[in-house]
Amino acid sequence: MKYSHIKHVFAKELRSFFNSPVAYIVIVVYLAILGWFFVSNLFINNISTLRTVFEMTPFLLLFFAPAMTMRLISEEKKTGTLELLMTKPVSEGEIIMGKYLASLALYFFTLLPTLCYYITIVIIGELDTGAVIGGYIGLLLVGGVFLAISVFGSSLTENQVVAFIVSLFIVFALFMLDKILFYLPTSIASILEYISIDYHFSNIARGVIDTRDIIYYFSMIGFSLLLATNVLQRRRWA
Amino acid sequence: MSIIVNDLAKFYGDSKAVDDISFEVHSGEILGFLGPNGAGKTTTMRIITCYLSPNRGSVSVEGYDVLKESLAVRKLVGYLPEQNPLYGDMNVLEYLDYMAKLQGVVKPLIPRRMKDMIEACGLGEMKHKDINQLSKGYRQRVGLAAAMIHDPKVLILDEPTSGLDPNQIVEIRSLIKELGKQKTVILSTHILSEVQAACNRVIIINRGKIVADGPIDDLQRSLHGGEKILLEVEIPTVQSFDMVALQIKAIPAVETVSLIEESNNIKKLNIETSSAVDIRRDLFSLCLTKGWTLLEMHRIQTSLEDIFRQLTSDSAK
Repeated sequence: MKYSHIKHVFAKELRSFFNSPVAYIVIVVYLAILGWFFVSNLFINNISTLRTVFEMTPFLLLFFAPAMTMRLISEEKKTGTLELLMTKPVSEGEIIMGKYLASLALYFFTLLPTLCYYITIVIIGELDTGAVIGGYIGLLLVGGVFLAISVFGSSLTENQVVAFIVSLFIVFALFMLDKILFYLPTSIASILEYISIDYHFSNIARGVIDTRDIIYYFSMIGFSLLLATNVLQRRRWA
Repeated sequence: MSIIVNDLAKFYGDSKAVDDISFEVHSGEILGFLGPNGAGKTTTMRIITCYLSPNRGSVSVEGYDVLKESLAVRKLVGYLPEQNPLYGDMNVLEYLDYMAKLQGVVKPLIPRRMKDMIEACGLGEMKHKDINQLSKGYRQRVGLAAAMIHDPKVLILDEPTSGLDPNQIVEIRSLIKELGKQKTVILSTHILSEVQAACNRVIIINRGKIVADGPIDDLQRSLHGGEKILLEVEIPTVQSFDMVALQIKAIPAVETVSLIEESNNIKKLNIETSSAVDIRRDLFSLCLTKGWTLLEMHRIQTSLEDIFRQLTSDSAK
């Protein structure tokens, strides 16, 4: 993997996010929904907490991550530009990495304005800064996994709607695993618990950063991106 | 040798898209790749440009193998895919810049290369426009400019003139000819006049197999053994066609004489010879001795169309 190749793909993708309505819609809608929950909690329940940010974001991401990434590869397949890309001296891994990092950057820019909530609360009330930092790291990791899975979803098809639905299905399944454990026998419950995204997130959101959780997230990201790379490589043998 | 294709085969499921083809392309050659739709032209080009991997056989470009040294091949090759895909949301400058970067053109050289290509392809007025807004002709030029942005040694163009109007076709063709002088060019098309106009060698491919390979002149000669001559004469005395035909057949090598048209004393004849001998002089002296007035005589060359139809229709059955 060459850094410069990734950088070129990354820059191009990030620019096309902001050249199209995608970035603005994602950012505005996310902040609007989150803002409503945050404000209602703050004024109606009179609780100074960022919990809403940390609880709502993974849920919103279920939809936002597939929406942000659905066109990344499927559109190139549809318009044929993937052929251009794959006949340039750039490897499949570099293409995937560049695109993934661009979506991660967009996610980062989406998350950035929520720091306003943090500042607001610090001014008017008390807050556990350690938990906040942990929460944000957790959000970035959860987002990282969702986006990586969605990049993989986008690599599967040339139809953006199909890409969206496939990605949504996978991330939703991973997200819900934690909630259905109750109905399962304990022997497999512990395995599924480990795979579940939410289980690891709840640890980090409490401010506990455990290497097991970090390893989980990074292996999920790595595995998804590897799959996506593999899908591109296989095209050559189609 | 710039490109060597050896026993190349590619399958899509059960169907063979390319079936054991071999050919070589010298540097500086402009090769026309000709065949009906679905003959395997695009597949072959996609393999040379490393978009697809071959199932069997080998391809090397400037000594690099497409499978083992794929990145090196891709660095050397400029490719204009079929349908000319472009990023519509970028403007021409952004697009060329992105392509140059991906091709690995060193940064200080990029502005120069972009300027050169914009000039060569006549994109000066359009450079700030979004590609989506460009007409088909300009889009094609953008595609060509992008394919040549890194000054590649090898240029692979898949139907570079499809969908263009006649004026644009002439422009693009001369552009290819001009820019292709120091490069190895493979150009696919199903328009025959294009090959005649731009290429010095042609490969005709049908159903995944090469059916003809060689310079256009050679092909024309080898495929049609004899020559065709159209003769129009005015014969002062009344003579039947058979009698005239008999006299013409007296010339050695004449095989058939057929009547095309007859009015009063003027006869229009089609003469075919068995071998490639020029019998025009003999015909002329025949007219002289018989006292016929020669109104028209010309040699009909087998066109590439004929060759193409001959070669590709037989095996299609």
